[in-house]
Amino acid sequence: MIEDFPMQQIINEDGEIVDADALNDISTEKVKSFYYKMLCARMLDKKCVNLQRQGKIGTYVPYEGQEAAQIGSAVALEEGDWIFPTYRDHAATLTFGHSMRNLLLNWRGRPEGNVPPEGVNIFPPGIPIASQLLHATGAAWAEKKHGSDRVSLVYFGDGATSEGDFHEALNFGSVFNIPTIFFNQNNGYAISVPMERQMKTKTIAQKGLAYDMDCLRIDGNDVLAVFAATKASVDRARANQGPTLIEAVTWRYGAHTTADDASKYRDQNESETRRETTDPLLRVQRYLQTQNTWNEDWLKTIEEEITDEIETAIAEMEAYPEPDLRQLFDYVYDRPTWTIQEQVNQHLAVQGEE
Amino acid sequence: MVSPAVNTKKMTMIEGVRNAMDEMLKENEDVIILGEDIGVNGGVFRATEGLHEKYGEDRIIDTPISESGIIGNSIGLAANGFRPIAEIQFLGFIYPGFNQLMTHATRLRQRSLGRFTVPVVVRAPYGAGVKAPEIHSDSVESLFTHMPGIKVVVPSNAYDAKGLLIASIDDPDPVMFLEPLRCYRSNRTEVPDGKYTIDIGRASVLKQGDDISVFTWGAMVMDTMKAIETLEEEQNMSCEVIDLRTLYPLDKETISASVQKTGRAAIIHEAPATGGVSNDVISLINDTSFLYLRAPIQRVTGFDTPVPVYSLEQEYLPSAAKIQAAIVNAVNF
Repeated sequence: MIEDFPMQQIINEDGEIVDADALNDISTEKVKSFYYKMLCARMLDKKCVNLQRQGKIGTYVPYEGQEAAQIGSAVALEEGDWIFPTYRDHAATLTFGHSMRNLLLNWRGRPEGNVPPEGVNIFPPGIPIASQLLHATGAAWAEKKHGSDRVSLVYFGDGATSEGDFHEALNFGSVFNIPTIFFNQNNGYAISVPMERQMKTKTIAQKGLAYDMDCLRIDGNDVLAVFAATKASVDRARANQGPTLIEAVTWRYGAHTTADDASKYRDQNESETRRETTDPLLRVQRYLQTQNTWNEDWLKTIEEEITDEIETAIAEMEAYPEPDLRQLFDYVYDRPTWTIQEQVNQHLAVQGEE
Repeated sequence: MVSPAVNTKKMTMIEGVRNAMDEMLKENEDVIILGEDIGVNGGVFRATEGLHEKYGEDRIIDTPISESGIIGNSIGLAANGFRPIAEIQFLGFIYPGFNQLMTHATRLRQRSLGRFTVPVVVRAPYGAGVKAPEIHSDSVESLFTHMPGIKVVVPSNAYDAKGLLIASIDDPDPVMFLEPLRCYRSNRTEVPDGKYTIDIGRASVLKQGDDISVFTWGAMVMDTMKAIETLEEEQNMSCEVIDLRTLYPLDKETISASVQKTGRAAIIHEAPATGGVSNDVISLINDTSFLYLRAPIQRVTGFDTPVPVYSLEQEYLPSAAKIQAAIVNAVNF
C-alpha cells in the first residue's frame, strides 16, 4: 500500500527541485516569506523552552521540526476559513493570525491564550486527542449550509488516528461532503509510542480510502509540498468537491512536552542527524542559495527583526494584568446560575477580595 | 398561564416535543435537528414525525450511528451560527458522546472567554419501565448535573415539554433535555398553539399540601401523584408535590419555600441513590431550611445497581408502597 502513497516533494532534502512544474506556481518571494515564518516559529519555540526552564511559563509543548507542516498548511487558507489546532500547533495558529502575546499567555495558564483576534477563526486547541476533528466538520458544514465557500482545516497527530473521533469525523466529512481538510502531522511518535505500535498500516493517508476520500502523503518537512498540497485540497473543498486527508510526514526534534524525556523511548541522535538532513529550514536555505537569494547578512537581519518581535511579545506577556476572578465565574454560562453566584459571594466573603 | 384567546389542543408529551421543534424550525432557519433515524422514519419514538417532509433533509438530518459525531458536529455547527438539536436515540447510548459534552460543549464558552458558544440542545429519551432491552433504561441525569456549563431539564407532560424545549432551544448555552419515555404517551395536557416558554430553573407545584413536600421529576411524577392520592385518602394527610422540571439549576426558592411551609421533605427518583440529584436537593434544604425540618429527609430511589433487564425492572423502580412508606415515616416521625 505504501507504494500507492509516495511521499510527495517539490524540493528535496538538499534543496534540489524535484517537481519543477509545481514550483513554477510559487514565487521566490513567497519561498522567502515561508522561510521567514518558519524561522520566526523556530526562534519562538526555542525561546518558549527557555521561558519554561526559567519558570516564566508552565509546561510547554515544543513543535521544533514541524514548522513546514504547520506553516505550509496555514498559509494555504484565506480569511474566513477556520482552523482547529491541537496543543502543538502554535506555529500554525501564529501563521493564521493569532497574536504572539496571546500564544505566550496560553502557556502562562491564561485563558486569553485561547482567544484569537476578532475575525480570525481559530478554535481553542483540542486537548483530548482527536476530539477537535468533529468541530472542524461541524463548523465547515455550517459554512456550506450558509452557502459560503469557506473551509476548515484541522490538525492532529499520528496517535489521533487510533481514536474513534478521527473515524467519526472522516465519516461525517465524507457522507455529507463537508469542506474540511484533515491535516495529519505524522511525527512518528504519540508521546512514547511509535507509529508501528499505533497502527499496522505503513501510511496514514490510506485510512482515507475507507471513507472514499481524496487522500495523499507528502513530505511534511518540505514547506512547498505542504503548501501546494493543502492549497489544492482547499480549492477542491471550496468548489464543493469534498474533504481531503493529508498525511504530512514530519519529525519532532524535542520531547513531547517540557515534562517529557524523549531519550527514554528513542535515540535522540536521530533528531541530531535529522537537523542536518531533513530539516525544513535547511532545505529551503539550500534551495534559496541555489537561487542566490539567501545569505548570512539577510539571515542576520531577519533574526534581529524576529528577536525584537519575540522580546516585545514576552514583555507584553509579563506586563499583562493579573487574572480576574470574573474569568472563572462569568463565562461558564451566558449569565451565572444562582449556585455559581452564591459561590462567588461566599468565596469573596472569605478571601476578602474586591 | 394560557390566555383564553389562544387555542389549545390536548397532546401527549411526544406531541408536545414535536410541536416545540416545529415552532422553532418555522421561526428560525438556523434551527436544525441531527440524529439517528430522525428523518424519513420520524425518530424511533416519532418525535420528528413529519418534520423531514416539511423542512427537508438539510435541516432534519439523518446521521450515521455516531453519538460523538452527532454531538461533536453540533458543537462546530453551533459555534458557527446554527442552533442544533441533537437527538440521542436513548440516554443509555450517550456515553460515546460524553467526552464531547464534558470537555467541549460545556466549557467552550469559558475556554474562549465567550468568543465561541454552544447553543445546542441534546434531547434523549430515558428511564425504565417500558420493558425495553438492556441499556435502554438508564437514568443518569446526575452525570450531567455534575458537568459545569450545561443545564439539565426534564419535563413530565406535554405542556411543560413544549414550553421548556422552546426555552432550551432559545437558550444561549447547552441544555440536556431528558425525556422520560414512560411519559411520552401516558398522559395528555392542554397545549397552546404557537410559541411560549417556561423558564429553565423553575419547578412546578403540582399540588399544594401542608404536611410534607414531595420532590420528584420525570416518570416518577406520575407514580408519585398516584401513590399520594391513595395515601391522602387513607391516612388523612396533605402532601405538596413538586415537579422539579429542571435539575440544574434547581429552583431554590420553590424548594425552600415549600419545605419551610411543611417542615418535611421526601425526594423520589429512579436513578441510583448514590450521587443522585436527591443529594443536591437535600443540600439545598440543609443550606436554606435546616431549622424548619421536623423529620429527617426521606429518599426513595433506584438501587446502586445497573438498571436491570425488564423482568426485574419493577423491583428496581420506586414503588407506590415505598413512596407511601417514606412519606408516612416522615410525617409520623
